[in-house]
Amino acid sequence: MPDITPENFAGNTVGIVTPQTLNFDEPLELACGRTLPNYQLVIETYGELNSDNSNAILICHALSGSHHAAGYHSEDDKKPGWWENHIGPGKPFDTNRFFIVCPNNLGGCHGSTGPNSINPETEKPWGVDFPPLRARDWVQSQARLADRLGINQWAAVAGGSLGGMQAMRWALEYPDRIRHALVIASAMKLSAQNIAFNEIARNAIKSDPDFRDGHFLEDNTLPRNGLALARMIGHVTYLSDELMGNKFGRELRSGSFQQGQDTPVEFQVESYLRHQGDAFSSNFDANTYMLMTKALDYFDLAREYGNDPVKAFSNASCDFLVVSFSTDWRFAPERSEEIVKALIDANKNVSYAAIDSNLGHDAFLLPNERYEQVLHAYMGRIANDQASDSQASTAEETTS
Amino acid sequence: MSMRTDFDFIEQWINPGSRILDLACGDGTLLKNLQRHKQVEGYGLEIDQNNITAAIANGVNVVETDLDSGLSQFPDNSFDAVVMTQALQVMQNPHLVLDEMLRIGKKCIVTFPNFGNWRARVSLLINGRMPVTKQLAYQWYDTPNIHFCTVKDFEALCAELNIHIDHREFVAERMPDRQLKGICPNLFSNTAIYLLSK
Repeated sequence: MPDITPENFAGNTVGIVTPQTLNFDEPLELACGRTLPNYQLVIETYGELNSDNSNAILICHALSGSHHAAGYHSEDDKKPGWWENHIGPGKPFDTNRFFIVCPNNLGGCHGSTGPNSINPETEKPWGVDFPPLRARDWVQSQARLADRLGINQWAAVAGGSLGGMQAMRWALEYPDRIRHALVIASAMKLSAQNIAFNEIARNAIKSDPDFRDGHFLEDNTLPRNGLALARMIGHVTYLSDELMGNKFGRELRSGSFQQGQDTPVEFQVESYLRHQGDAFSSNFDANTYMLMTKALDYFDLAREYGNDPVKAFSNASCDFLVVSFSTDWRFAPERSEEIVKALIDANKNVSYAAIDSNLGHDAFLLPNERYEQVLHAYMGRIANDQASDSQASTAEETTS
Repeated sequence: MSMRTDFDFIEQWINPGSRILDLACGDGTLLKNLQRHKQVEGYGLEIDQNNITAAIANGVNVVETDLDSGLSQFPDNSFDAVVMTQALQVMQNPHLVLDEMLRIGKKCIVTFPNFGNWRARVSLLINGRMPVTKQLAYQWYDTPNIHFCTVKDFEALCAELNIHIDHREFVAERMPDRQLKGICPNLFSNTAIYLLSK
């Protein structure tokens, strides 16, 4: 990924952004049967809401994402938001045409109410006692966010991976409040292999003595090793064999295989993974990781519709764009094709692009010419429809 | 009249409000016209990346699909009409595709370039080289058109597969072909258009 530094901010980035915190006092009933008496959501927005509030796009983040989808937090910020490649002026999610909203999901660890918030009943951090969440809980909290922002209907709800699951759930739960769903590198439910990887990651966290059964904040410890190991496992599965081969091969970072030498050998890939794990474990919460992976595992779009995805999608009234990536083996193209088939059988509008990429699951975050063209074409169509709609309504107003 | 005359015939044969599957839909022009003029609901299948992007921009449903790997994802009789324009000749197995089209659709519309046209025959006879025309502008080694057929060939295949020809139309671009195509379509038409059922 090319580094866009603050010095060359101009033109292609939303630039410096400031997150907002919104408080919600109305209790939120959760899928698990428990109730959050109140909660806060941290969000970022980019672009301007138009006069009829019709150009709003909701971006849903994935497992390790946050509300920081685009731009920079300060002049010195080296790293932009997680979807900087696709959100900004002139980019597919064009901030000159759309008002883009990205919240940190409930249960997250970047400012929205979650395991490291204070439980009002105990006045201690929730930790492991934070209620388990499902995608539908996020969707419900996002609907309240839409109410707060005066958005009756999203022009689109978009997300990759776990974010795509939220977009699909939106389409079923609030069919009148969403015109388009962009479901990228996602699935209607995880496979057994996929759940297995998540369980290994959770076990890595639990086996760290500093996890303290999830009460590490009270004990002033952090399960860094466990979380780093969980991230390493996850990271390997988000990349492709080909990409890792190209990027690292069998290059050594230190040591040698020369006969007669007894220095320890370290492959480049080992050092890379350790760095990824360490970086992640210093700014992510272990309980959030457990909560998010469980939400992924439990997600099953059609469960309550008699396990019939066609019946499930019959409730939707929005149009869909589905995108997959060829070397993504955690959310394989076949999973996207199942979504497309169900949508066609349910007679819903859907377009599908199967993007060639060697970047594995992470491809949905990264630059790719064809992926960008597809997103541009689809988002351009949404913007044009909107322009003709508002022209039509202006004409109606003038004639009536 | 649109640019492609085969599209005009197809439009006549489509009932308003039908559910249409367009195989090798290109940039979605046909589907878009049918949506406008016949209020159809439809999906285009396409494999070419630029066509897919163009179809998305055109506001039609386009699903990236390799037709050569089969159409088993579509249930029997799930579409009112399955259409394929100018693409039969690029299929690995045109006969299997035809069979599948008639399984999925209550009726089918197929258009293809007629290789029996006298200009193609003369080109091969006189020059001894594979014909390269404006309509078929490829050299033999780089052509995607791997299964050319003539009007006669196509009708023989329909007979073999027990496919009923409900209607057929022929298009010729130049004179005197336009006057003569009625007498001998296999010799004078450039494009053949068939409405088929089982």
